[in-house]
Amino acid sequence: MGSLQLLPPTASAHAADMDWLFAALLGTSAFILLLVFGLMILFCVRYRKNSKVERGNRLGRTWRVEVAWTTATFIAFLGLYFWGAGLYVDIHSPPKDATDIYVVGKQWMWKIEHPGGQREIDTLHVPVGRPVRLVLTSEDVIHDFAIPAFRIRQDALPGRYETLWFTPTEVGDYRLFCAEFCGTWHARMGGSVVVMEPSDFQRWLDSQDQGPSLAQEGEALFRSYGCSGCHGDAGTVHAPRLEGLFGRPVPLEDGRTVIADDRYIRDSILMPKAEIAAGYPPIMPSFVGQIGEDDLLKLVAYIKSLAGRTADTTQAGSVERPAQ
Amino acid sequence: MTTATVTGKPDEPVVATRNYLTEGGVTLRSWLLTRDHKRIAILYTLSITFFFFVGGAAATLIRLNLVTPPGIFTPDIYNRLFTLHGVIMVWFFLIPSIPNTMGNFLIPLMIGAKDLAFPRLNLLSWYLYVGAGLLALFAILIGGVDTGWTFYTPFSSLYSNGYVVLALAAVLAVGFSSILTGLNFIVTTHRMRAPGMTWYRLPVFVWSNYATSVIMVLATPVLAITLILVAAERLLKVGIFDPALGGDPLLFQHLFWFYSHPAVYIMILPGFGVISEIVPCFARKPLFGYRFVVWSSIAISIIGFFVWAHHMFVAGISLYAGLVFSLLSYVIAVPSAIKVFNWTATLHKGWISFDAPMLYALGFIGLFTIGGLTGLFVANLAFDVHVTDTYFVVAHFHYIMVGGMVSAYFGGLHYWWPKVTGRLYPEWWARIAALLIFFGFNLTFFPQFILGYLGMERRYYSYPPEFQAWNILSSAGASVLAAGYALPFFYLGWSLFRGKRAGSNPWAATGLEWQTSSPPPTHNFDRTPTVTRPPYQYRPEPEPQDV
Repeated sequence: MGSLQLLPPTASAHAADMDWLFAALLGTSAFILLLVFGLMILFCVRYRKNSKVERGNRLGRTWRVEVAWTTATFIAFLGLYFWGAGLYVDIHSPPKDATDIYVVGKQWMWKIEHPGGQREIDTLHVPVGRPVRLVLTSEDVIHDFAIPAFRIRQDALPGRYETLWFTPTEVGDYRLFCAEFCGTWHARMGGSVVVMEPSDFQRWLDSQDQGPSLAQEGEALFRSYGCSGCHGDAGTVHAPRLEGLFGRPVPLEDGRTVIADDRYIRDSILMPKAEIAAGYPPIMPSFVGQIGEDDLLKLVAYIKSLAGRTADTTQAGSVERPAQ
Repeated sequence: MTTATVTGKPDEPVVATRNYLTEGGVTLRSWLLTRDHKRIAILYTLSITFFFFVGGAAATLIRLNLVTPPGIFTPDIYNRLFTLHGVIMVWFFLIPSIPNTMGNFLIPLMIGAKDLAFPRLNLLSWYLYVGAGLLALFAILIGGVDTGWTFYTPFSSLYSNGYVVLALAAVLAVGFSSILTGLNFIVTTHRMRAPGMTWYRLPVFVWSNYATSVIMVLATPVLAITLILVAAERLLKVGIFDPALGGDPLLFQHLFWFYSHPAVYIMILPGFGVISEIVPCFARKPLFGYRFVVWSSIAISIIGFFVWAHHMFVAGISLYAGLVFSLLSYVIAVPSAIKVFNWTATLHKGWISFDAPMLYALGFIGLFTIGGLTGLFVANLAFDVHVTDTYFVVAHFHYIMVGGMVSAYFGGLHYWWPKVTGRLYPEWWARIAALLIFFGFNLTFFPQFILGYLGMERRYYSYPPEFQAWNILSSAGASVLAAGYALPFFYLGWSLFRGKRAGSNPWAATGLEWQTSSPPPTHNFDRTPTVTRPPYQYRPEPEPQDV
C-alpha cells in the first residue's frame, strides 16, 4: 500500500502551468468556502434559539445585497474561465516543429508508430524537451489517451483523427491510461510514457527494428491499392496530384475551402464524394472497409511526406520519386 | 425542543379521525388502484426506497472491490456492477426521488388543491416506473449490462455483449413516467392554486418542482429518441453512431448530454426546494431573497439546456465549442451560488434550532457548496482536460447528487414525516443518523478528489498501487455512510407504530400543508383555503409568549 500521495508527477511545461491554475481554483474555492462556512457557523452559534443576542435591524432591501454578491461571484468566475480557456487554447495549438507520432487504440491496447517506422505497444518513448504531437484514432470503440503527469488527455475516436501535443520536461517513466470506458479490460489498457534524454532516445530509435519508415510503407501501399494509377505520374484520368498538397488550402467544388490536413486526406480516401476538389470529376471510389486504420495512417504519412515537393503535371513520368 | 412544545392547537384531537391512510379502505386493491396523490406518493416512496437499496448494494460491492486491487470480482462483473449502480441510482432513485414522493404528496397540499390535475395519469406514471424498474432488474438478473449508465456508442450499439436493448427499454419507459409527472405538476401549478395563492405566494418547493417539471417535459423526449436510435443501430445495423456504418459517435454524446445535463438539474432543483422550506422554518425567519431564489431556479432550468458539451471537452469537439460551453457553465454556476448565499443569509438574526431536518439542511448547504465549487473546476477547460473521466468527476457529482440531493431527500423525509404519517420520529436517533451520513459521506468522497487529480480513472476494476491508500479511506467512509443510511430505515419504521402522535403542525410551520390534519384527509382540506400572505411569515418563537 502506497502512502497518501497528494500530487501526481509534473513532467511537462503544461503540467506546471496546470498546477498553478489548480492552486488558483483551490484558493478561490477556499475563500468562498470559508466565507459560507464561517458565516453559517457564526450565525448558527450567535443566533441559536436560546441566545439572547439583539436581533433588531434586519437586512431590509435584499436586492442590493443580491446584486452585490451576484456580481462579485460572476467576476471571480470569469477570471478563472479566461485562465483555463487560455491554457486550453495552448494545448490545442501544437508548435510547427512538433514530431508526429501515430497512435491507434483498439480493444485493449495502444499501438504506436514513430515516423521512422519504429513500432511499440502500450509504451511511448519520447525525447525530453522536444515537442511531440500525437495523432490519435481508434479501430473500434472510443478510447482515451491519458497522461496524468502531463495533465492532458484526448479521446481517440473511430473514424477520426484527434491530436494531442506536449513537451516533456522531466526524464522518467510516467503512467499511461485509457480514460474512456471501452469494455472488459478497460482498466488494463495502459502502460507508460518513457521520457528520455535526446541521445538516449536516438539510441533507442536506432536499436529498434529498422523497417521502412511510415512514409515509405505508405508509398508502397499507394501503389498496391492502385492510388498511383490515377494520382501518380502515369495517371490516365484527371485526378489531383498530391505533391505539395499537404497543409495547403484546397478549393472545393461547392465553393468552400478546406486545409488539406490528416483528416482531409483520410476522409478523401474513405469518402471521396464528401469534399470534392474543385475542377475534378468525382470519379474516385470509396475505400471504406478496404483499408484499415494502420494502412490509412501510412498513406497519410506518405502524402504528408510529399508536402515539400512540386508536381510537374506537364511532363508525365519526369517527377522525382521519393527515395526508397 | 420544538417537537415537544409546539403541537398545533391544544384542543385538537390527537389523531385525525378521517385520513387518507384509512379513508377509502385499507385493502391492497384500494392502494393499487388509488388515485389519491398522497397514496401514490407512498407507493413511490416504497418502490424508490427499494431501488435505493439495490443501487446502494451495488455501490457497496464496488467499494469492496476497490479496497485491494485487483479486487474480488472479474472485470466483467465489476463493469456490470457500476452500470447497475448508475442506471438504478440515476433513473430509479435520483430523478423520481423528491418530485414523485414529496412533490406528489405536497404540491396539492401546498397550493391548497384537492389533488393533482390528472390523478389517473399520476397512477399510470407509477405503474410505468414499476414496470421499467422490473425490466431493469430482469436485464440485470439474466446477465446485466456493461456499458455504464452513459451508454456511449459505438461501444453500446455494436461492441457490448450485455443486455443493452433491454436496459434501454427500461430507461425509455421510466422516461415516460417522468414526462407524465412533469406534465401533471405543470398543469396543477398553473390551474389548481387556491384563491389568493398567487405565483409569488407559492412556496419555493413548488417553484422548484415546477422548474424541474419543465426540464422533464422538454429534455426527456430527447433521451427517448436517442435510446431508440441506439437500439436501432444495435438491432437493425442502421448506421447512426458507428463510423464503420457511416455514423458519428459524437452525435450520441451530444444527444445524450442534451438530456443528461439538464437531468442533473432535475435531480438537484427539488432538493433546493426542500432546503428552502426547512431553513426558514428552523431559523424562524422568512426566506432571504425569495424572488432571487425563485428566479435562480428558473434561470437554472433554462441555462441548463445550453451547457451539455462541457461533458465533451476532450471528446473531439471544436476549440470554439469548448470555449463557449465552458463560459456558459460558469454562467450557470451563478444562480446556484445565489441560492447558497440566500440560505446562509436566512440564518442571520434568526432563532435557530437544530432538529434533524435542519441538520440535514445545513449538511446539504455545506456539501452542495463543495460540489458546486468543484463544478467550477471541471467546467474549467484546461483543468477538465486533466480530470475528466477520473475520480475527480466522480467525487464532484457525488457531492452534488449524494451529498446534496440525498441529504435534501432525508431532510425532507424527516421534516414532512409527521405530516405524512401522523407520527413523530425519534429526534436523537435522527440527529445521530444525520451526523453519521455527513461524516461518512465526506470520508467516502473527499479522497476521490485527490485520487482524480492523481490520475485514477473511472470505471477501473483495478488500479496502480500508489492509489490504494486513498481508496481504502474511501471504502472505510462508505461503510460509515451505509450505516448512516440504514439507521433511518429502522427508526422511521419503528416510529410508524410507536412514534408520538404529531398533531397537525409540530414544527409550527407556515405552509398550507400544515394547516390540515396529520395525516391529511383524502380531500386534503375540509374547506378550500384562502391565501392572504406570502410564504414563510415566520415569527420568532418566544414572541407569542411575550405578547
